[in-house]
Amino acid sequence: MHGITVDPIITNLTIFVLAIFVGYHVVWNVTPALHTPLMSVTNAISSVILVGAILAAGSGRLDTGSLLGAAAVALAAVNTFGGFLVTERMLEMFKKKEPKEKRR
Amino acid sequence: MSSNQVALLYLVASVLFILALKGLSHPLSARKGNRFGIVGMVIAVAVTLAITHSIHMALGAIAVGGLIGWFVARRVEMTQMPELVAAMHSLVGLAAVLIAGAVVYNPSAFSIPDPIPAGNRVELFIGTFVGAMTFSGSIIAFGKLAGLGKSFRLFSSAPVVFTGQRLVNLLMAIAMVGLGLAFVLAAPDAQMPPFAAMTAMAFVLGVLIIIPIGGADMPVVISMLNSYSGWAASGIGFSLNNPLLIVAGALVGSSGAILSYIMCKAMNRSFFSVILGGFGAAEGAATGTAEQRSVRSGSPEDVAFLLGNAESVIIVPGYGLAVARAQHAVKEMAQKLTEKGVTVRYAIHPVAGRMPGHMNVLLAEAEVPYDQVLEMDEINSDFGTSDIAFVLGANDVVNPLAEEKGSPIYGMPILEAHKARTVVVNKRSMASGYAGIDNPLFYMDKTMMVFGDAKKVVEDIVKAID
Repeated sequence: MHGITVDPIITNLTIFVLAIFVGYHVVWNVTPALHTPLMSVTNAISSVILVGAILAAGSGRLDTGSLLGAAAVALAAVNTFGGFLVTERMLEMFKKKEPKEKRR
Repeated sequence: MSSNQVALLYLVASVLFILALKGLSHPLSARKGNRFGIVGMVIAVAVTLAITHSIHMALGAIAVGGLIGWFVARRVEMTQMPELVAAMHSLVGLAAVLIAGAVVYNPSAFSIPDPIPAGNRVELFIGTFVGAMTFSGSIIAFGKLAGLGKSFRLFSSAPVVFTGQRLVNLLMAIAMVGLGLAFVLAAPDAQMPPFAAMTAMAFVLGVLIIIPIGGADMPVVISMLNSYSGWAASGIGFSLNNPLLIVAGALVGSSGAILSYIMCKAMNRSFFSVILGGFGAAEGAATGTAEQRSVRSGSPEDVAFLLGNAESVIIVPGYGLAVARAQHAVKEMAQKLTEKGVTVRYAIHPVAGRMPGHMNVLLAEAEVPYDQVLEMDEINSDFGTSDIAFVLGANDVVNPLAEEKGSPIYGMPILEAHKARTVVVNKRSMASGYAGIDNPLFYMDKTMMVFGDAKKVVEDIVKAID
């Protein structure tokens, strides 16, 4: 790197703090009716920890490190698939009143 | 792929995650938002797979986990959402711990220098203990929510308390931080023992902080653990220098924190008192001061008559309704009334279910149109002009004592059902709610009580409406 080098911890902290502000403002705008889907979708989003787990599982060696990684991949993948799917299932149920002829 | 390209694609994924949350501001945009989230996740995973040396094991693990997740998501009942969410929090927590363990074991797989610099070790320590506490705490929360208290005492929905509990917690926390410091300061070849001991300590601490919290406070606990799982992901993001993980974790962390705040406010409890726990333990018996007052009780047929002649009805569903699985019957009742020209709406208290927004999902499942379902602030001013407030399986959230100074629940925001011209209350018995206090609403002259299982009662009402 040329010029001024900043410790990556500082860069990360900058990203972290700004992301908290974004999260704060976005989440306050979520309608209370959708707070349960909000939780399940955040479950899915936090499973992006999968990214770290894949790196650990893919070291190319078969050792404790890669096995821990593979276990983490499996756990996180449950959330990835389960979280997005169950959110989709819930959101599908939120419907406006249908026109009368469609209802029985 | 160059590392710049990777970083840019991670940025795209981060933005898509933000859009996923943004979509939830309205039911119409929510599904599109969810799709954004899925695309973001696909990008994140695909990019990571592309830069990984050997992807067989990861792909296999994704297939296994994905199948389980897919299966569970398809099968889970909407009443079980709190359990599912608690279980998912625990998975994120445990995954964070395992990843941190993998880093300590083999830093080079993550392009982290070996030996791990002290700064990274601090981040690992934080990510790990938050993850470990999230894991074990969520397991306890899951047990409490799933009602497993009979098979294992720590899962009891009543607070589990013992003398010196707070002191024990404090000492454990200090010991955990001490072990964390030992890990940070340890010689390169002696890091594993303090790391493992610190993690074990955090697992135990996670159990200890959740067991004293009672069933009524579960909406706060589940939101709080949601927040923790986000911070754990962020912590791992810091250790791995991965901005995507940091951003995603921060979004989830702040989301859970906001939900905890909203839930505390709705129950008029301070976050601190929820965390310290013990609420809802002894009060139930102690405050049974109510002398035997008489209530006016009626039959489902009486209620059907009242409802059929009303112009506007507000239904106040509580968790009792969900337990009795009466949502579909209620929807049928509402539909029949609507056909007769009665305006029917639903009033939802923020803590009506066992987790934030739970009741809305349960009603949506019963195909109640979401524009008939109103939040407390939207509908409270309408009770005064409504003919009937029909309270189904709710108690504390309609207790007018909350407006009286000196009452134990003074200050708690309530649905003002008592302001309606007539109040109909369905309960199984005269037992008090979670707060363990009597409800004057039941003794008002304009109140009619219908005792019995919510589903049975509502079905009888449906039959009686002609």
